[in-house]
Amino acid sequence: MSDTGPHIVDKTWDPITRIVGSLGIHARIDFRERRVIRCHSTSSIFRGYSVFMRGKDPRDAHQITSRICGICGDNHATASVYAQNMAYGIKPPRLAEWIINLAEAAEYMFDHNLYQENLVGVDFSERMVRETNPGVLAVAETAEAPHAEIHGYRTIADIMRAFNPMQGALYMEALKMSRLTREMFCLMEGRHVHPSMLYPGGVGTVPTVQLFNDYLIRLVRYAEHIKRMVPLHDDLFDFLYAAMPGYEEVGRRRVLLGSWGSFQNPDTCDFRYDHMASWGRDMFVTPGIVVDGELVTTDLVEINLGIRILLGSSFYDDWADGETFVTHDPLGNPVDQRHPWNQTTVPRPQARDLGGNYTWVMSPRWVDPRTGEHLALDTGGGPLARLWVTALAGRVTTPYVTGGHGSVKIRLPRSAQLPETEFEWQIPQWSNTLERDRARTYFQAYSAAMAFHFLEQAMAEVNAGRLDVWTPFEVPEEAVSCGFHEAVRGMLSHHMVIRDGRIANYHPYPPTCWNASPRDSFGTAGPYEDAVEGSPIFEENGPDTFKGIDVMRTVRSFDPCLPCGVHLYLGRGKVRELHHGPTFDR
Amino acid sequence: MDQVPVLWLTAGLSCDGDSIAMTAATQPSLEDLVLGAFPGVPRVRFHHPVLAYEVGDEFVAGFEAAAAGELGPFILVVEGSIPDESGNTEGCWAGFGTDPATGQPIPTTTWIDRLTSQAWAVMAVGTCAAYGGIHGMAGNPTGAMGLADYLGWDWRSKSGLPIVNLPGCPIQPDNCTETLLYLLRQLVGAAPPIPLDHVYRPRWLFGQTLHEGCDRAGYYEQGDFAGEYGSPKCIVKLGCWGPVVDCNVGKRGWMNGIGGCANVGGTCIGCTMPGFPDKFQPFLDEPPGAKMSSSAVLLYGRTVRALRNVTRASMNVEPEWRGGLPKGLQTPGIPSPTAVAAADPDEG
Repeated sequence: MSDTGPHIVDKTWDPITRIVGSLGIHARIDFRERRVIRCHSTSSIFRGYSVFMRGKDPRDAHQITSRICGICGDNHATASVYAQNMAYGIKPPRLAEWIINLAEAAEYMFDHNLYQENLVGVDFSERMVRETNPGVLAVAETAEAPHAEIHGYRTIADIMRAFNPMQGALYMEALKMSRLTREMFCLMEGRHVHPSMLYPGGVGTVPTVQLFNDYLIRLVRYAEHIKRMVPLHDDLFDFLYAAMPGYEEVGRRRVLLGSWGSFQNPDTCDFRYDHMASWGRDMFVTPGIVVDGELVTTDLVEINLGIRILLGSSFYDDWADGETFVTHDPLGNPVDQRHPWNQTTVPRPQARDLGGNYTWVMSPRWVDPRTGEHLALDTGGGPLARLWVTALAGRVTTPYVTGGHGSVKIRLPRSAQLPETEFEWQIPQWSNTLERDRARTYFQAYSAAMAFHFLEQAMAEVNAGRLDVWTPFEVPEEAVSCGFHEAVRGMLSHHMVIRDGRIANYHPYPPTCWNASPRDSFGTAGPYEDAVEGSPIFEENGPDTFKGIDVMRTVRSFDPCLPCGVHLYLGRGKVRELHHGPTFDR
Repeated sequence: MDQVPVLWLTAGLSCDGDSIAMTAATQPSLEDLVLGAFPGVPRVRFHHPVLAYEVGDEFVAGFEAAAAGELGPFILVVEGSIPDESGNTEGCWAGFGTDPATGQPIPTTTWIDRLTSQAWAVMAVGTCAAYGGIHGMAGNPTGAMGLADYLGWDWRSKSGLPIVNLPGCPIQPDNCTETLLYLLRQLVGAAPPIPLDHVYRPRWLFGQTLHEGCDRAGYYEQGDFAGEYGSPKCIVKLGCWGPVVDCNVGKRGWMNGIGGCANVGGTCIGCTMPGFPDKFQPFLDEPPGAKMSSSAVLLYGRTVRALRNVTRASMNVEPEWRGGLPKGLQTPGIPSPTAVAAADPDEG
């Protein structure tokens, strides 16, 4: 592939809109081969959480770290509370765990809904497809939607029109659904997005009959909505594969997926590190790592010990010779100096230098114990990894969701307009753009189905008169702890070290740190760059009217959340290089 | 005037939580403002990175036009705290878009300088933009501060308005959209200049304390305090700052009247206040001042509670000519103040 000539064009999109936070994409495109040659992702905001948390009261950690993210802050608060529970040696009452699970289920329902239909959906709207792929739109006009009788849109083009911003019926319906689900969240934890009623030891929620009824009446309305949305998105994505043969290669990368697990099971979870492998496997979304289709581990201890934070292209001083906070974990396993427990963050602002450091983003990696390879895991936008691990592990068995034998079965009970409905998500052939998006819709159904289960468990506690929702605790002088969770867009860990009753070290690693990471000290590219590089271009426009829709769809399929990604970083800048062809940026 | 551009800059040190909160509003909703639901009020044309159809340069073009004075009267919304770039000889803490000449990010402070000089009005949304907020916490190397600290508290917009501060971490959704609605009405001459308090918050939204509108203030009055989370009683002894915090969430709830903080069982951490967060930390300890005031109210509160319980018990019995107390039931006891305290596991 030639890297010079008039058909080679550099394109910059900065900022990427319809995501959360600051992200730029800089791509070199070969318009003759219709393929992306290179891609760099950049972000430009540094906030410094790990620096200013040092010395703070550990009990404030969830309130502070919630502020890392404005769309999934409650995921951070929850992970922080999990880490605090471990540090303080407490197990919250069962009812508190069901309430937290109900809140987190509502968060997934809300966030995936708003992101999928109001932000991602615009990339598949009639207005966008008309501007980028009029040939595809023409086919869509006569393509009957196979599930029209369920979702109400006769053709694929009708579905696309429903996504038109501020006009389409689906766009408007989604805005309302995103509020209904946030009300469900607020019932359980007070405020969205930074919860007021979540504490180490449990919640401040008053567990009344009315509380759970108010949640239920909203849940059944959402269930009815998602029963229509799953077949609708299947129709849309199946059509795109058929209308653009080869589209499965867009955004495709090696299957390197991580899920840190979600929804604690209070029957077994005691938040003790030495029991973590066991209770981790009982979570209602299984933690695990999938490499080339194989489930490598579901052991949270093994997952924890394999995490490495690499430099290589980043604006930080190395901490290889810095303080070692944790030499061994509570089980006696050695802890690497590049593990988050031992990270020391010293930012060093500087100009971008392609031959040296050019980014604030560090590179989280996971060491495969079989090969020693530092894997650039991605989250598949969250749902793809969660469903993939759960489908392989076969550990989730509830009346509403079961995982195993390569699929996840999701059962939603009868609702006012629609009958009982079962969906089956099956492991796809590819880890690519459309499958990340498809999984997002299925995981909304998963969350709604699990919420029915959590609601039944919570109401059983209330009916039995077990109303405690909080356990008292004391902050120890010294502690080492971690909290593993799934943020909406993927794996989330919080690592804490307490000394003299204060925070000595605290490092959150949210999903976008993994997905948006740059080339590391081994030269391994991060997932965004890797997924975009080599990706084919299906947009019908030439270079002068090029919108980059296939690149945009790929980047958005990861659900970028840069406030998470840059809680301690400033992203990499545009790579200044010789332009071998005309640029059309200006 | 049919349409007013609202340029929303999320490129401060922010979490985008105020943008997301704004999509939760119902009084009015985002679509009410965009589609023009109100007679005599211009529609909003958002230039908002979370919602925009456009990407990259096409999106930034609106900001360039505004900075060049080509957009007509517009409202600038700033979200996130402002970093101190004065110590950086190269690079920046926060940027927005790429400078085509240098390939480097354009510092957010450059955009703020260019846009505030042209804006008809400026809103600082969220406590970060208003007063520095969570990123202004002691020990942050970025030197994060609020917009008024950056521009100067005597700064005035083209229309003579100070910065309109809408604190909250994040902003209560309706407070945000409702203030936008007010400014739109002011812009077309249908409302007087927006009434602001001494730290530039809209008076009708921030004129009362959380406690004055709190569902649980009745428990405080009766000296009835929760000792553990999950209780419906007043949670001031668990660390709630509501009695001294200017905020309407106790009355308004979080969204659509649902949720909130102290009113539903979450201790207020003072997130609407200029002193947030440092002056309120650690969040889980009882505020020092609350120890005295809650003790002072105990004698009065318990006496009143006991007397009310007497009357309440009496009112729960039908009049004698309708049969009085149902057969087989005991006359309800009349608890003394000390008996109330002894029977209450939350006390003491």
